Amino acid sequence: MTFTPLVWLAVALPLAGFLVNGALALGRPRAKGAVSVVGTGVLLGAFAVSLGVFVELLRTPPHAPLVLSLWSWIPAGRLEVDFAFQVDQLSAVMLLVVTGVGSLIHLFSVGYMREDPGYARYFAYLNLFIVFMLVLVLGASFPVMFIGWEGVGLCSYLLIGFWFTEKANADAGKKAFIMNRIGDFGFLVAMFFLYRAFGTLDFAEVMVRAPSTLEVGGAAVTAITLFLFLGCTGKSAQIPLYTWLPDAMAGPTPVSALIHAATMVTAGVYLVARTNVLFAMAPVSSTIVAGIGALTALFAATIGLKQYDIKKVLAYSTVSQLGYMFLGVGTAVYVSGMFHLVTHAFFKALLFLGSGSVIHAMHHAYHATHAHEDAQDMRNMGGLKRYMPVTFWLMLIATLAIAGIPPFSGFFSKDEILAAAFARGADTPVYYLFYAMGAAAAFLTAFYMARLMALTFLGENRTGERERAHLHEAPGIMTGPLVVLGVLSAIGGVLNLPAFAGGSHLLDHWLEPVTAAASRFVRVEMPHGPAELFLVGGAVAIGAIGLLLGFRATLGRRTLPAREAPADSGLGLVLNRKYYVDELYDAVIVRPTVWLSRVILWRGVDQGVVDGAAVNGTAKLSQGLGWLGSRLQTGQVGVYVVLFLVGALWVLRAVIR
Amino acid sequence: MPESVSLLGPSLGLSAILFTLGVAGVLLRRNAIVLFVCIELMLNAVNLSFVALAQLHGASGQLMVFFVMTVAAAEAAVGLAIILAIFRHKQTVDLQNINLLKG
Repeated sequence: MTFTPLVWLAVALPLAGFLVNGALALGRPRAKGAVSVVGTGVLLGAFAVSLGVFVELLRTPPHAPLVLSLWSWIPAGRLEVDFAFQVDQLSAVMLLVVTGVGSLIHLFSVGYMREDPGYARYFAYLNLFIVFMLVLVLGASFPVMFIGWEGVGLCSYLLIGFWFTEKANADAGKKAFIMNRIGDFGFLVAMFFLYRAFGTLDFAEVMVRAPSTLEVGGAAVTAITLFLFLGCTGKSAQIPLYTWLPDAMAGPTPVSALIHAATMVTAGVYLVARTNVLFAMAPVSSTIVAGIGALTALFAATIGLKQYDIKKVLAYSTVSQLGYMFLGVGTAVYVSGMFHLVTHAFFKALLFLGSGSVIHAMHHAYHATHAHEDAQDMRNMGGLKRYMPVTFWLMLIATLAIAGIPPFSGFFSKDEILAAAFARGADTPVYYLFYAMGAAAAFLTAFYMARLMALTFLGENRTGERERAHLHEAPGIMTGPLVVLGVLSAIGGVLNLPAFAGGSHLLDHWLEPVTAAASRFVRVEMPHGPAELFLVGGAVAIGAIGLLLGFRATLGRRTLPAREAPADSGLGLVLNRKYYVDELYDAVIVRPTVWLSRVILWRGVDQGVVDGAAVNGTAKLSQGLGWLGSRLQTGQVGVYVVLFLVGALWVLRAVIR
Repeated sequence: MPESVSLLGPSLGLSAILFTLGVAGVLLRRNAIVLFVCIELMLNAVNLSFVALAQLHGASGQLMVFFVMTVAAAEAAVGLAIILAIFRHKQTVDLQNINLLKG
C-alpha cells in the first residue's frame, strides 16, 4: 500500500480548484479559459488518484478497511474523532463513480455553461461539491461523513439557486435545503444513539462491535437505523421528503445530472450500504426501507407519466430509481443496491446530459428568434432526431438501460433487486408485494421513458417554423462525455454479470469484505433454475411491453405545442399536478408554520415580548425612574443644602453609633 | 496647664454655636454673598475646634487649621469671582432666581 495513503489528494485537488475558481469568480469572472482548465483539470487529477487507489486495492485487496487519519478533530473527553479517511472496496467504487462521472459532467459543463456570466462561480461550486462528496464517501466515521453530508447539501442549495435572480429558483434552493435539514436531524439523532451504545463513532469499530453490543432486532438498533433512514429519505428524496428533488431541476442541467441524479442523491443508499451490519440486525427497519423504496419507486413513476418538462420526467425517474436502490438495500442485497447506484449514475447522467444538450439547442433556437416559449417543454420539441442524431442515439441507449432491456446495464442491476425482493418473499411475504410494486414501477418506467423519447425526438417537429432552422447538434465538448457515458450505460452490466449471462458476479466478490458481516444475519438465497428464468423473462417482457406501449400511445396521438395544448383533466391532471402533494404539504405544514412564525413568534414573542417587554420595557423603566429622580433636582441651592445636611447628619449618626 | 484645659469646653461650645449660626444662615438666607459669609463662618468654627482640641491631641490639629485657611482663601477668591459673574449675567445674586440646574 504505497499509493493509497495519497487518497487525500483526491479531496485536496478539487478543494484547490474551488479556491482558485472562487478567487477568479470574485476577481476576474471573464477568465473562462483559466476556469475551464482548472475546474476540469483538478477533477481529472482526482479521477487519476481514484484510479490509482482502485488499482492498488485490486492488486492487494485488504480484508479490513484502511483508515488514514489526517488529524485529531474532536478530542473531547471520552469522544475521540479523528479527521480520517477510510479506503475499502465500497468507498473505492464510490470514488470512481464520483470522480469519473464528475469529470465527464465537468467537461460537458464547459460547453453547456460557456455563455453564462457566472461561469467561474459555477465551476467553483461544482468543485466544492466534489470536495464534500468525496469527504462523504471517504469519511471513516459518522461525523466526518456528516461534514460531507451537510456540505453536499450546501452545494446543492447553491447550485439549484444558481440563477438566483428568478425567485422560483431561489425558492427551489431553499426548499431543497430545508427538506434536507429535516433528514439531517435524523442523522444527528442516530449519531447520538450510536455514541450512547458504542462510545465511538468510527465506522470500523461500530461495525465490528455491533453484533456483540446490540441485540438483533432490539429497540436500540431499530431506532438507530430508522433515524439513519430518515436522513436517507431527505438526502435521497424518498417518501415523504422527496418533493425537493423535482424542484431542484431549477438549477443548470449538468448540476441535475451530477448532484441530483448520479452522486449526491445516492448518498443515502451509500449510507445504508456502509452501515449494512446495523440494517441487517434490524429486520423491521430493513422492511421499512424496502417498503418505502418500493412505494417511492411506484409513486414517482406514476407522476413521471404526465410531466411535460423533460427534466421533470427525469427528476421523477430519479426519485423512482432511488426507490429501487432502497428496495435493494432494504432487501439486504447491499451489493445489488450499489450496483444499481453505479449503473444508474451512468445512464441517468447520460439522460440528463442528453436532455441538457436538447435544452441547449432549443434555447438557442428560441433565443435566435426572440421567441418566449418554454425550451424544456417536450410538447415544443418533437422530431429532434433529425437535428441531433448523436444525442438521440445515446439517449436511446440510456432509455433501453433504464427500461431494463438486456444487455444494457440497467437490466442487470434492476433484475437483481427485483429477483432478491421476490426471493425474500419466501420468508417475509410482504416482500412479494414489494416485488409487485417494483415490477409495476418497471413497467411505468419503460412507458414514461418511451413517451419522453417519442415526444422529444420522434414524430413531427413542433418547435416552430422559424426556430427550426436554428436547431443543431451540441458541440464536441458536450457530445464527447455523452459518448463515454453511452458506452458505460451499455456495458456497465459487466460489473456484476450474473451466472446465467456467463458472468461471475464481480461486484459481489469485490464488495464481499464489506458485506460479509451483514450476511451473517440475513442471507438472501437468489432464485435459480426455472424461477430465475421466469423472473428474468418477466422483467424483460415488462420492459419491452412498457416501451412498446409508450411509443405507440405517444406517437398514435397528435401532440400540440405547449401554447395550443388543451389543459389536462381527470387522472391526467392529478398526475400532472403530482397528486397535489406539494399543495398538501403547503396546507398542512408550510402555512401553519408560517402562520405560527408570523403571528405567534414574530408579532407575539419577538415584537411583543422581546422587543416590547424586554428591550423597550427596560428603557421605559429607566426613563420612569430617571423622571422620578429628576424631581429632586429643583435647582434651588437651599434644597440641596438641606438634603446634604440631612445626609451628613445621618452618616454622622451611623458613625457615632 | 490646668487653665488651658478648662478653656476646652467653652471653646468647643463657641465653635458649635458659630457652626450652627453658619448652617442656619446658609439654609435661611437667599443672598449669595451672605451665604458665602456663612460658609466662612462654618469653616472658622471648625478651625476653632481644631485649635482647641490640638491641646489634647498634639500639633496636627493646628497644622490642619493652616490648610483650612489656605483653602478658604482660594475658595473665597473663586467663589466671589463666580458670584460676580452671576451678577453680571443676571443683575442679581438672589439664589431663588438662580435655578438653571433643575431637572
